[in-house]
Amino acid sequence: MSDQAEKLTPTEYIQHHLGHLAKDLTPQIDGDKFMAIHADTMVMSFVLGLLMCFGFWLATRKATSGVPGKWQAFVEIVLEFIDKQAKDAYHGTSKLVTPVAITLFCWIILMNAMDFIPVDFIATVAGFVGQAAFGVDPHSVHWRPVPTADVNATLAMSITVFFLMIFFALRAKGVGGFVHELFTAPFGKWMFPANLLLNAVELLSKPISLAMRLFGNMYGGEIVFLLIWVLGGAGVGGALASAVFGLGWGLFHILIIILQAFIFMMLSVVYLSLMEEHH
Amino acid sequence: MNINLTLFAQALMFAGFIWVVATKIWPPLLNAIEERQKKIADGLAAADKAKQELADADARVADEIKKARVDAAQITDRAHQQAVQIVDKAKQDAIAEAARQKAAAEAEIANLSSKAKEVLRAQVAGLAVKGAEKILGREIDANRHRDLLDQVASEI
Repeated sequence: MSDQAEKLTPTEYIQHHLGHLAKDLTPQIDGDKFMAIHADTMVMSFVLGLLMCFGFWLATRKATSGVPGKWQAFVEIVLEFIDKQAKDAYHGTSKLVTPVAITLFCWIILMNAMDFIPVDFIATVAGFVGQAAFGVDPHSVHWRPVPTADVNATLAMSITVFFLMIFFALRAKGVGGFVHELFTAPFGKWMFPANLLLNAVELLSKPISLAMRLFGNMYGGEIVFLLIWVLGGAGVGGALASAVFGLGWGLFHILIIILQAFIFMMLSVVYLSLMEEHH
Repeated sequence: MNINLTLFAQALMFAGFIWVVATKIWPPLLNAIEERQKKIADGLAAADKAKQELADADARVADEIKKARVDAAQITDRAHQQAVQIVDKAKQDAIAEAARQKAAAEAEIANLSSKAKEVLRAQVAGLAVKGAEKILGREIDANRHRDLLDQVASEI
C-alpha cells in the first residue's frame, strides 16, 4: 500500500482499485465496451461458486440420516434455515425455489465476503502475476475482488430471477392468463394502457431494484474501505487510524454482507411467490 | 458502471450453480434430513408406545397380584376348613374305632368267659360224676342221669 500511495494521488489510488480487468472481445474497440468481459468478476465468482458447491458436496457426499458429522450438521442448519425462509414466503409447488434461494444466499455471502481481504493484498498478488505471467506493468493490472460490487454480476442474478419470475407466472397462469393480467389488473379492462404501463414498471423495477441495492451497498462499502486505506498511506498515525477504522468498518460490514445476501434472497423468493398469485 | 458481456456470462454461471444445487446438493441433503426427521418421529412414537405398554403391564401385574392375593386367601381358608374337617373326622374315626375295639374286646371277653364257664361246668360235672362214682362205687350211666348231671352243672 505505502509504496503505491507514494506514487499515486488518492484519486488515482481509488480509481485503480475500482478498475476491472477487462478482456475486450472486439479488439478494434478498446476499453470497457459492451463486448468486453470482466475477467476478475468472472474468475472470482466462478471460484467462489465452486467453493460453495465443494463445501456443499463435502456435506452431501456422506449425507446420512443417522448422526450427522459436524460439517454436515452446519450445512444442514444453514440450508434448512434458508429452506424455512423460502417456504414461509413461497407457498407454491415449485421445487426450484429453495435451490435458487440457497444459491443466492450462499454465493452472495461468499462474493460479498471478498471485501474483507484488504484490496492491496490482492492488487499486489494480481500485479505480480500480471508481471510474471503476462509481462505487463503491475500497476496496469486491475483486479476487483468483489464480484457483487460489479453491476454485471448483480444484474445477471436479478435478471435470471426475473426470467424465473416470468416462467413461474406463465406456469401458474398460462400465457393467456399472464397477458390478460398485464392488461386488466389492477384497474379493469377499460384502463388497459394504464394497467400495462403500471405492470411493466412494477415488473421491471423488481430486478433493477434487486441488482442496484446489492451493487450499491457493496460498491459503497468498497469505496469506504478504499478511503480508509488511503488514510493508511498518511504516515504512522494514518496507518494506525486506518487500522482502527478498517476494523470498525469491517465489523459493521459483516452485518451488511449477510443482510444484503439475505435481502436479495428473500426478495427473490417473495417476487417469485407474487408472480404465482392471481389478481 | 458498465454493462457488458460479463452480464450474460454471469447469468449463465448463476443458472449453472442453481442447477448444481437443485440437482446434486439439495435433494440428497433434504432426503437425509427428512429421513432423520422420520426416524426421530418413529423413535418418539415407539418410546410413547413402550411407555404405554409398560403402564399397561404394570396395571396387569397389579391386577394379577391382587387376584393372587385373593386366591391365596381363599386357598388358605379352604385349607383351614379342610384341616379342621380332617381333624374332626380323624377324631370321630378314632372314637368310633375305639368304641368298636372296646365292644369287640368286651364281646371277646364275654365269649371267653362263657366258654371258660362251659368248660368249667363240664369239668365240674365230670368231677361231680367221678366223685359220685367214687362215693357210690359204681359207674353212673351218663345218659341215664343226664338230667341230674345237667342240673348239677347248672347249679355250679
